[in-house]
Amino acid sequence: MLQLPIRQIVRAAGILALMTLAACSRTTSDDSIALTSGIRGGQAIAGSSQDFVVNVGDRVFFETDSAELTAQARSTLDRQAQWLNQYPNFAITMEGHADERGTREYNIALGARRATAARDYLMARGVTANRINTISFGKERPVAVCNDISCWSQNRRAVTLLGSSG
Amino acid sequence: MRTMRMRLAAAVLAVCGAVAWAAGDAHAVVEIDITRGNVQPLPIAVPAFTGGGRDQDLAADIASVVASDLQRSGLFAPVDPATFSQARVGPDEIPRFADWRVVGAQALVAGGIGRAADGRLQVDFRLWDVLAGEQITGQQFFTRPDNWRRVAHLVADAIYERLTGEKGYFDSRVVFVEESGAKDQRVKRLAIMDYDGANVQYLTNGDDLVLTPRFNPSSQEITYMSYAGETPRVHLLNIETGRQQLIRDFPGMTFAPRFSPDGRRVIMSLQQDANANIFTLDLQSGQAARLTDTAAINTAPSYSPDGQRVVFESDRGGSQQLYVMGADGSNPQRITFARGSYSTPVWSPRGDLIAFTRRHEGKFAIGVIRPDGSGERILTEGFHNEGPTWSPNGRVIMFFRETRGPNGGPELWTIDLATRSEFKVPLPAFGSDPAWSPLNR
Repeated sequence: MLQLPIRQIVRAAGILALMTLAACSRTTSDDSIALTSGIRGGQAIAGSSQDFVVNVGDRVFFETDSAELTAQARSTLDRQAQWLNQYPNFAITMEGHADERGTREYNIALGARRATAARDYLMARGVTANRINTISFGKERPVAVCNDISCWSQNRRAVTLLGSSG
Repeated sequence: MRTMRMRLAAAVLAVCGAVAWAAGDAHAVVEIDITRGNVQPLPIAVPAFTGGGRDQDLAADIASVVASDLQRSGLFAPVDPATFSQARVGPDEIPRFADWRVVGAQALVAGGIGRAADGRLQVDFRLWDVLAGEQITGQQFFTRPDNWRRVAHLVADAIYERLTGEKGYFDSRVVFVEESGAKDQRVKRLAIMDYDGANVQYLTNGDDLVLTPRFNPSSQEITYMSYAGETPRVHLLNIETGRQQLIRDFPGMTFAPRFSPDGRRVIMSLQQDANANIFTLDLQSGQAARLTDTAAINTAPSYSPDGQRVVFESDRGGSQQLYVMGADGSNPQRITFARGSYSTPVWSPRGDLIAFTRRHEGKFAIGVIRPDGSGERILTEGFHNEGPTWSPNGRVIMFFRETRGPNGGPELWTIDLATRSEFKVPLPAFGSDPAWSPLNR
């Protein structure tokens, strides 16, 4: 329960935003509220990067010291592949990350291993290799900074960044 | 006088069991070094140096740097100056030994500074055996006044050498990564400092993420990993000119670089898909050679000081462990078999030990092990200790230690093998990935 993925958090928040919208009539100000909290999930334009982040999910998570794709990760990557196949003008960068509970050099390689696993899965689902660049940040770019499992599990991730379309 | 010197040295030996008096005996002593537990440092008095007029403060500062160096070595215990009955002892006076015995000092450093006719700073010191009432050594230095810290380190080196029989390491520098900003938005810059944290200078401006700087043993050059450009790769930086260059356009990410002992090659990992393997690059010919070829993470290579062997970490057996192979990649042998995972091996400049990071049951420790896998010792263990580097004389290890929490970060620490005394390196910001210069300046 500590490992609520960001995508789900965003989705839950998106639903809240929609509820707020439904409850109010003055859509302009509500829209700005939704904007400042970074949530427009329910309204994301199909094929936009918001659509990808909020409705598809831009990241998958890994177990400690592992680059194996979990069932949940595979299901996210299935949606990513479907979306990327639907919108073939996007190139992507697959970022591999590790949590801070490893040593520097190993984590750089571990991040690369995770990015490779995610990339290979997308390729097996039809996303062509020339659309995918990979990079590892090791433990250099945590998204969660507390010192317990709930944070470390969010940092062990592969993030699919949409690049320039066309 | 020789007997006094021997006796005082013997006092250090007797209490420390840490320091080789006979130069040829180094290997045997190292074993004593790290297996003996309680070591008593030698009490030494370092009163302010004498200096006229405008040099009074400087004379006191020099003495305090000398005392700090000696204390940080773990082998000396400077006596509290508040107990001194004589605040300053000049280099040309006979100390009142009885007074120094009363405060518990066994050795006394008496120094003075003055100005040469050309404006240079003149620093004289004598090291006295307080119990015997005799001089052990004395030296004189001339330097630019703004170079006073370096002279203080040279004085401390002379004292350390004379009393331990080991080369000093105080006149040395460390390159490291300075870290600033929030934990999830860190800015990292390459920086260089005196080993004690003084004179920090920045080598990069923080625009690019930089990691793991290491010295060239034979020139003013470091190798490091940089995220400049599309693919993170190993770079070179000239300390004097500031010039940075990509080492070579390998087909993939390169990382974990170190120089060979002769400075001619860089050894590093090349990432290809899920695997990292170890390569060398000859800097003159540009020729690359592959040393490992396994479907695993093979990284953090470090040469033995004779250049004949390489220690590295690999998870080829399932978990991260240390392996030693020939410098051509031949005959890799696993050397760590205890519980936990082992990483970041660094071969001692003496050749006798390999320092490492061990991760076990959620704790990160710094330890040492012999190249044949025997004699493993954990020196310090806690929430997060990582990335050891050796002092030029192979007696002290510097590493970084992370503090907990969202506002936590890495700090640089030293620990000496004989006494396991730990000292934090005072820095204005966070610091990680230290690499000690292999040579004194």
